[in-house]
Amino acid sequence: MLDLKKITESVQKSLGNVTKRIIICAGTGCVANGSLKVFNAFIKSADELGVKISVELKEEKGKTNLLSKSGCQGFCQMGPLVNILPSGILYTKVKVEDVKEILEKSIKADEVIERLCYNDNGKVCKGQNEIPFYQKQSRMVLKQCGVVDPENIDEYIFDGGYRAAKKACIDMTDKEICDVVLAAGLRGRGGGGFPTGKKWDLTRVQQRDKKYIICNGDEGDPGAFMDRSVMEGNPHSVIEGMIIAAKAIGADEGYVYVRTEYGLAVERMKKAVEAAVQKGVLGKNIFGSAHNFTLHVMEGAGAFVCGEETALIASIEGKRGMPSPKPPFPAQSGLWEKPTAINNVETLATVPLVINYGADSFRQLGTPQSPGTKTFALTGQVLNTGLIEVPMGTTLRQVVFDTAGGVTDEKGKVDDKNFKAVQIGGPSGGCLTKEHLDLPLDFDSLKKVGAMVGSGGLVVMNQNTCMVKMAKFFMQFTQNESCGKCVLCREGTRQMLLMLEDITEGRADENTLTLLEKLAKAVQVGSLCGLGKTAPNPVLSTLRYFRDEYNAHVKDKRCPAGECSNLVNYSINDKCLGCTACARKCPVGAIAGTLKKQHVIDTVKCIKCGVCLDTCKFNAVVRG
Amino acid sequence: MEAGYSKFDRVCQIIEENNYDKSKLIPILQAVQNEYRYLPEEILAFIASSLRISPARVYGVATFFAHFTLKQKGKHIIKVCDGTACHVKKSTNLINTIKNKLALKDGEFTTKDMLFTLETVSCLGACGLAPVMVVDEDVFGQVTPDKVIQIIDSILKQEAAQ
Repeated sequence: MLDLKKITESVQKSLGNVTKRIIICAGTGCVANGSLKVFNAFIKSADELGVKISVELKEEKGKTNLLSKSGCQGFCQMGPLVNILPSGILYTKVKVEDVKEILEKSIKADEVIERLCYNDNGKVCKGQNEIPFYQKQSRMVLKQCGVVDPENIDEYIFDGGYRAAKKACIDMTDKEICDVVLAAGLRGRGGGGFPTGKKWDLTRVQQRDKKYIICNGDEGDPGAFMDRSVMEGNPHSVIEGMIIAAKAIGADEGYVYVRTEYGLAVERMKKAVEAAVQKGVLGKNIFGSAHNFTLHVMEGAGAFVCGEETALIASIEGKRGMPSPKPPFPAQSGLWEKPTAINNVETLATVPLVINYGADSFRQLGTPQSPGTKTFALTGQVLNTGLIEVPMGTTLRQVVFDTAGGVTDEKGKVDDKNFKAVQIGGPSGGCLTKEHLDLPLDFDSLKKVGAMVGSGGLVVMNQNTCMVKMAKFFMQFTQNESCGKCVLCREGTRQMLLMLEDITEGRADENTLTLLEKLAKAVQVGSLCGLGKTAPNPVLSTLRYFRDEYNAHVKDKRCPAGECSNLVNYSINDKCLGCTACARKCPVGAIAGTLKKQHVIDTVKCIKCGVCLDTCKFNAVVRG
Repeated sequence: MEAGYSKFDRVCQIIEENNYDKSKLIPILQAVQNEYRYLPEEILAFIASSLRISPARVYGVATFFAHFTLKQKGKHIIKVCDGTACHVKKSTNLINTIKNKLALKDGEFTTKDMLFTLETVSCLGACGLAPVMVVDEDVFGQVTPDKVIQIIDSILKQEAAQ
């Protein structure tokens, strides 16, 4: 039988011989920036310099340094990240050329290489605990992401893993588990905010021979990657949450449904399930209890609507991912008509924390109605993009100006006056503006202003973002993704998109806005599932908060943000010194001119990408 | 003729591995697409009869999900992310630049020489590096229009050298 204590002791023993630990972030962002090359450079250079390095945690003869890959450490824009323990040094933007120096100075000796540290306005931050981006967060669910090796189950166990599952399987009844989760006030992190304990209890009371638990890892929201990071960085926490959920509802089989676009998450989830089966964490009589649990990993095939639970179930059954009316709820009749509980990745990864620390302790963070923490994918025009986790109820101001380090302008410089709006909750969500900066981010207060937590995508926009174009973007998305079952969703979103196109391309009049609003409300009412019901949200919330901008497009045929290409023209004025920089950067060769003479833009060829404007150092390119 | 038969060998194997289970239709189509790089019509029909389901159902599933493609794709696949974050960071410019560079007209996604296919994807989940683009297996972050040209040129150069 699985002996957690023995594994922990064995890891402890192996770690005893480890002098230093070098953890390289291998989340998608850092990999894109070349972190795997850095990883390989460490192995090669260590060899050359005679530094002993192991890439696997096992008992070694004599002292060694451990080099491992981790999941997303969150600070994506600063990648590749290299973390050195126990000193806690964090190096940012590490290149292959830096590796030798790191080995010489930081591994052989204990020196800090300042130029590789994060620089906060002139202050060198040596590690995570000195970097404002991390200081302002409360990492609970993400705590182990970026530390434990996601491909090593022993490390997870060493770090306290599978204790909650054991406790739930052996010491708790199904009802007790539901009660604790309900008392903790854990609400679904997928966006809806439904009480998890209640969902489980509804499934638990069904008297049926077979039940299922499903983890929804479909995360189709553009601009969100929290679930991806958890699955990549700490897949065992999701499995542990599923074991607990399965026990609570009385299920012996489960599915992790992962987006196919998330190749690394699929791979890591599969490896984690295999490892868990080998250790006996999954299978029959888990931890010597009467509880059996088999877990499958299923890859999605690219359909946003599959985030909708009934659609997700249909696709596991091998059908088109179309939602069906509720009731019956999946809790009563779900996968193959058996009672089924579907939870989001982050929710399930939070469950072990609730079981380990208890309901009261869980409630210490967050608000009374929305306890705990929430991860957000912070993107757009801010200094520090990445993955963050803050207590529920943190204000938008704190997130944007403290954690994210402020709003940036087109050239990437911080300029807080440039703040325009935050789009929250993806295509189902809405916009927040300056007046909402002190609004606490939690399920209920966001709902009140016509937005929602959604899956937690936070896209910060500056003055150069056109809100109408933004609304059109989301409409395009939901229109593409509509499964087509409901007429209002299928045709209504299409008409809404056409109207938005008319607006951004200068063909609309004031009636268009009235019609658009009317239709938006009809789509909300006339659609069956969450996709259609929430599809008009971005339009309605931008119409509510940025009416002026819509009016400018409609009445004056002008795009104030300068983004709608039909309503914008680029030209070069007499400030031009003829440096040719813009002509060289222009991707379509639309700029002509000779050296030291004023250049001209060919408006027919111009694709209005604005690269010339960004390139020109003399403010000679004008957008009008 | 022989080639025609061997074409079905792999699909037979895939169906067998999935125990002729019709609920495994999506994993089967995925494996088939990995093998053939698209879903040829005759293979869809073959899958339908093997699983004893209607060709309409197979076709329905194959056309419903964005990941599946019924058309042959080019040798190099350029995926431009048009998720929210990338969109805010002007991914449209990248798409226009690529279309221009590859001389793709509206509604065309694959170049005539079958060398490139351009796709836009809803979100790659690397939003911190927006705008993002994936060429074959390589992810490029914080891409600019002139960087796109460089990337395509370097592929063209490699192709010419072969």
